[in-house]
Amino acid sequence: MTGGQNSLKNFGAPAQGDRAMGAVDMDTCAKVKEDRPLLSVQGVMKLYGSRIGCTDVTFDLFPGEVLGIVGESGSGKSTLLGCLAGHLKPDAGRILYDGRDMGALGEPERRRLSRTEWAFVHQNARDGLRMGVSAGGNVGERLMAVGARNYAAIRDTATDWLGRVEIAADRIDDRPSAFSGGMQQRLQIARNLVTGPRLVFMDEPTGGLDVSVQARLLDLLRGLVRDLGLSVVIVTHDLAVVRLLADRLMVMKSGRVVEQGLTDQVLDDPQHGYTQLLVSSVLQV
Amino acid sequence: MSDAYNFAYLDEQTKRMIRRAILKGIAVPGYQVPFASREMPMPYGWGTGGVQVTAACLTPDDRLKVIDQGADDTTNAVSIRKFFQRTAGVAVTEATAEATVIQTRHRIPETPLCEGQILVYQVPIPEPLRFLEPRETETRKMHELEEYGLMHVKLYEDIARHGTIATAYAYPVKVEGRYVMDPSPIPKFDNPKLSDNPAIQLFGAGREQRIYALPPYTQVISLDFEDHPFEASKAPHDCDLCGAGDSYLDEVITDDRGSRMYVCSDTDFCAGRRAAGHVGRLGQPGAAE
Repeated sequence: MTGGQNSLKNFGAPAQGDRAMGAVDMDTCAKVKEDRPLLSVQGVMKLYGSRIGCTDVTFDLFPGEVLGIVGESGSGKSTLLGCLAGHLKPDAGRILYDGRDMGALGEPERRRLSRTEWAFVHQNARDGLRMGVSAGGNVGERLMAVGARNYAAIRDTATDWLGRVEIAADRIDDRPSAFSGGMQQRLQIARNLVTGPRLVFMDEPTGGLDVSVQARLLDLLRGLVRDLGLSVVIVTHDLAVVRLLADRLMVMKSGRVVEQGLTDQVLDDPQHGYTQLLVSSVLQV
Repeated sequence: MSDAYNFAYLDEQTKRMIRRAILKGIAVPGYQVPFASREMPMPYGWGTGGVQVTAACLTPDDRLKVIDQGADDTTNAVSIRKFFQRTAGVAVTEATAEATVIQTRHRIPETPLCEGQILVYQVPIPEPLRFLEPRETETRKMHELEEYGLMHVKLYEDIARHGTIATAYAYPVKVEGRYVMDPSPIPKFDNPKLSDNPAIQLFGAGREQRIYALPPYTQVISLDFEDHPFEASKAPHDCDLCGAGDSYLDEVITDDRGSRMYVCSDTDFCAGRRAAGHVGRLGQPGAAE
């Protein structure tokens, strides 16, 4: 297949080099949906001075796949996500998006990608929303950023998306400050998905929400991911979230990936000592 | 004219620095050029930026006109005019057509400008994106990368809240298809006059230390939506003194019972029309108040 040849040509050589450095072999656990990865991460390292943020992270994310990253606070999850999304510059390693090296990509192109093909859902909805702008304006911003100039069309799309995230249409002109935490988070998701991104980064999307609201949000996310065929990298410390959403799971500790594999496999049969501790720490109600 | 000051108050090196900024501004229409704004003998907000640009442009042969909200006789206009009479000794005028340099606060004269004239605007906040994005580093980046979607979010909010684009002054414009620019707080009625204007238009913001410019015959387009097009609005009346139906009007409350009159904000334009025999609803023939 031509796709396979391409991916060999583009990724074969450097990936082997990185594997030689001791990264976990991906081929056995990658659930291959298409033969060319959407996001290919090779030996990424980020240092804060002499401290390790994350190091030696290697994985491929294929179109339509959901990757969960779990680990305790300070394990480098968010640092890794920041590197992937282009917010932080990795000190070593390569990140290839759709075959293009993100390190070599200019800032204009990177910012264009981040408002068209990528989305970033923040833990705190206030970081991802414009609190002084109405819900409709928040959803419409990305549309206007890519050139939409018809008010009625923007508003129709915004209304449609509010409906998809279960926000009543008559709240379209309210500001997010008048919304509950769960609604703000759903609004943030609508705002991010409105331009039809291919790759979504989520940083603790259910953090700070109560359990029943979490459940509804997860349900919603699962539906959207399935309907839109999104590729997702989701960072969380909540194992229930990855159990529901993620196809594959990466466990991080002290900046390193200690275990990765299919979600059910990792959660039901944890191999690494830390993963075993993590799984056994979950309270059973 | 006082001999205690260099011509037009500023020293020659400062004027040279400002002229460089002006030239750069003219070379890149709509781009905000930083400059080392000086302390002027007037408070910020009174036109320190405009005064510095005017000082850098003036020559002894110039004829200066200063207007404030269209009027030649308000405090700001009178004091700046006096300032340059004293420090530069230039001729002054109230007639738009006779002036070579016009410093203005918040209006463009009704009389069309011509080639060879310079219109200097006083600008309080040069950054059109400021109220949407407080970080200066970020707004610069947005200008650099032409990320102007946020400007339309502001207009979207206007329509969502008021049914129409309610922004009535400092209405954002796009210059030559590139930079989004704040035209200073002129009423949006004046926005069409920015475009394709034969005069040089210079904008000076003293406190914010920015100069930007529109060279003659620059294309300036007011931002809008396809289904909510830009509209140059004014009060739906005629001038009560000169009867003009096409000039920008000030509303004046005349008593405690809500009576009001509408008069041209451009005093020179209004006086000229009355001298030519035009009479409005409340005007007296032949009289100029």
